[in-house]
Amino acid sequence: MTTATVTGKPEEPVVATKNYLTEGGVTLRSWLLTRDHKRIAILYTLSITFFFFVGGAAATLIRLNLVTPPGIFTPDIYNRLFTLHGVIMVWFFLIPSIPNTMGNFLIPLMIGAKDLAFPRLNLLSWYLYVGAGFLALFAILIGGVDTGWTFYTPFSSLYSNGYVVLALAAVLAVGFSSILTGLNFIVTTHRMRAPGMTWYRLPVFVWSNYATSVIMVLATPVLAITLILVAAERLLKVGIFDPALGGDPLLFQHLFWFYSHPAVYIMILPGFGVISEIVPCFARKPLFGYKFVVWSSIAISVIGFFVWAHHMFVAGISLYAGLVFSLLSYVIAVPSAIKVFNWTATLHKGWISFDAPMLYALGFIGLFTIGGLTGLFVANLAFDVHVTDTYFVVAHFHYIMVGGMVSAYFGGLHYWWPKVTGRLYPEWWARIAALLIFFGFNLTFFPQFILGYLGMERRYYSYPPEFQAWNIFSSAGASVLAVGYALPFFYLGWSLFRGKRAGANPWAATGLEWQTPSPPPTHNFDRTPTVTRPPYQYRPEPEPQDV
Amino acid sequence: MSDAAPASQSAPQPEPQYATVEQQAEAASFGMWVFLATEVLFFGGMLLAYTWLRANHPDGVAEAGRHTTVVIGSVNTLVLLTSSFTMAWAVHAAEHGRQKALTRLLSATALLGLLFLGLKGYEYHGEWTEHLVPGLNFHQDGPHARTIELFYFLYFLLTGLHGIHVTIGIVLIALLAVRARRGAFSARYYTPVEVTGLYWHFVDIVWIFLYPLIYLVGRSGP
Amino acid sequence: MTTRTTGLPRSYLFTWAALVGLLAATMALAYVPMPGPLNLVLALGISAVKALLVLALFMKLFRAPALTRAAAAAGLFWLAVLFALSATDYLTRKVEPAGDLSAPTGREYQQGDR
Ligand SMILES: [Cu+2]
Repeated sequence: MTTATVTGKPEEPVVATKNYLTEGGVTLRSWLLTRDHKRIAILYTLSITFFFFVGGAAATLIRLNLVTPPGIFTPDIYNRLFTLHGVIMVWFFLIPSIPNTMGNFLIPLMIGAKDLAFPRLNLLSWYLYVGAGFLALFAILIGGVDTGWTFYTPFSSLYSNGYVVLALAAVLAVGFSSILTGLNFIVTTHRMRAPGMTWYRLPVFVWSNYATSVIMVLATPVLAITLILVAAERLLKVGIFDPALGGDPLLFQHLFWFYSHPAVYIMILPGFGVISEIVPCFARKPLFGYKFVVWSSIAISVIGFFVWAHHMFVAGISLYAGLVFSLLSYVIAVPSAIKVFNWTATLHKGWISFDAPMLYALGFIGLFTIGGLTGLFVANLAFDVHVTDTYFVVAHFHYIMVGGMVSAYFGGLHYWWPKVTGRLYPEWWARIAALLIFFGFNLTFFPQFILGYLGMERRYYSYPPEFQAWNIFSSAGASVLAVGYALPFFYLGWSLFRGKRAGANPWAATGLEWQTPSPPPTHNFDRTPTVTRPPYQYRPEPEPQDV
Repeated sequence: MSDAAPASQSAPQPEPQYATVEQQAEAASFGMWVFLATEVLFFGGMLLAYTWLRANHPDGVAEAGRHTTVVIGSVNTLVLLTSSFTMAWAVHAAEHGRQKALTRLLSATALLGLLFLGLKGYEYHGEWTEHLVPGLNFHQDGPHARTIELFYFLYFLLTGLHGIHVTIGIVLIALLAVRARRGAFSARYYTPVEVTGLYWHFVDIVWIFLYPLIYLVGRSGP
Repeated sequence: MTTRTTGLPRSYLFTWAALVGLLAATMALAYVPMPGPLNLVLALGISAVKALLVLALFMKLFRAPALTRAAAAAGLFWLAVLFALSATDYLTRKVEPAGDLSAPTGREYQQGDR
């Protein structure tokens, strides 16, 4: 498909006895010192899954507390819980989720390379991530942080009684991890492509990760310096963000959101990439408007830097700045909408099969659209004044981050599971999980739009009794969601040992990664492939071939 | 970036993920440039803070600038500019396979870096005795005292982070000097020298901008 | 470009001399009273020239592949975005009087400074 002339036709269902899991030894040492991008991707997947459950546990406790108005936790503990949830989910799950697991595994495979450009940096990046993760957990265990994931000054620098500096150090370290990953991806995409793999033959997944990497490399350093300024201010009790000294707390917010708004696109762009792989495959059609999809990714990564102060409309920025940033925030909706149109057009008259990855992809398109459209609501100055710091905003970004990104993560996980492990997952269980996640998600977060519109403030441990009914819906949805997220853990684990052998290409998909055995050999291809055709050359076929 | 193979004199081999040594060298150099773009924004964030301070408290910043030791700052600028020159020369020597010159020039660069750090440390010591260290022993009077404190807050962070970069550079260059002495580089393989050189020049450029912002601001005033 | 005896490319020597000359110039100019922020603007202009010399000649940026120049340009472009879009706020923000608050608001110091 993509590739056509791949040398060395994959010998079908025969299991490759020599693959990256067995070659180079199976000792712990061989894993901890590995430079193979695929093994590092596995290390990342394991650690990211761990942090996903840590952050998820905090979310569960938050929803438990909000079932009854006074709640079961003290305000102080509640503050620490939502900070824990935010910090872990943003920096230890969402930011690295798709790039560091699937991106790491697939980018070299998709471009026909043997590895990333800098394997040692790749491993260093994982160690930084794990070190930072343990630092964050340590800060939580000895008492926690109560600032929220945004670390707003002067609360974080002067008044908070949590372990703010430790948490800042953890985020700083994980930031460097993400800079190294971004740098590695950029150089790899430019310099390691196989012969014939021109830019317009790259799968959209690679383009998306490239666009993501640009943001990682150019936005994260600003976060790093901002956190250093906050930490110094907290340690010295003097700082540029302190209004009592003539400093400006809004300067912190400018610097913080200069990173953190583009960071939203670090979280969602790789998801766009995954969906752009899944939809053509399960609709058996070429991706509609490939170049538009590609360039809208690039546009998002650039324009994403121009909108940050929409987080500060009521924080005290000038009205003129508010107007400018509101307008620019509308502009960024255009490339996102282009993508949704292109996926929908790809589905049009497609030969659609509803396997689990496709269910996740369809869920993504729907939920992302709701999240994106409500994003336009809050980009509107006047409306934003009404809903700032309410559950409306919480619902909006969870539709993007959880409904969108986490769906894409699970979709990609199922789609490439056969490639990574060499085994098929149990399809029916996977479909049940996908549906549970979709319905659980909507039940959890749709009520929050209503709650926010009615005026329920976010980040409070309690609320007026008239909001209880919607909160009970939300918490009930969270329990469904929790079951949905726990299921894959079991059936995917089961499939590792009992799953059917997958063969090289169980989905009859195009793309170089499907041309090599599953699991792939250590250096990915026996001989470097030569690419002669654009991606997504799907034609309607009755069924993916049986394996 | 420094993911480059230690090559034997005659026929350098690329690391397994690369097809050729040239591809490896290009990747290393491009990787360093991407890293430097990161660094621009790293220092840039703090320069925004400085700009804010200068724009909102110009008189205070001017007075604070007059507290700095312009002689040391200027000599240090000269030292770093010169070290950039020796570094560029070192890369040139490596390019032409002159091992001895390379070793000497790298050593000179590292020594100039050390001189810079030494002078910087002496300057810090002076600031400590003048009670200019915010949060630890700051004590100034006058209407601009608080702005001076904020200026010195940024001053110590900026020069401190720059100093860390200088220190890392010195270590890298010293290691290169040792490897050069052992004959690790040749006209065909000197990527680490080139890439480290880029880093060192960048550290110099950062200082080129810090110099007027710290030492020259307010000099024309009373 | 290279003299046989020293192995030192002349262009490097000239670059170094130019850098030192500019350093002397910027130092001298800093002591000349000028209106407003002109001193600083001028000094930063000279810094930009110095940086350009280092980039162009020591780092060989202008002879580098287009990709490399793009990486360098990206860093500067995004830095410009940070400054320019922050300026939309800072150049147009009006600090309202805090009124009769006893706690320090920041405003009194600002006034004291000017
Ligand atoms: Cu935003």
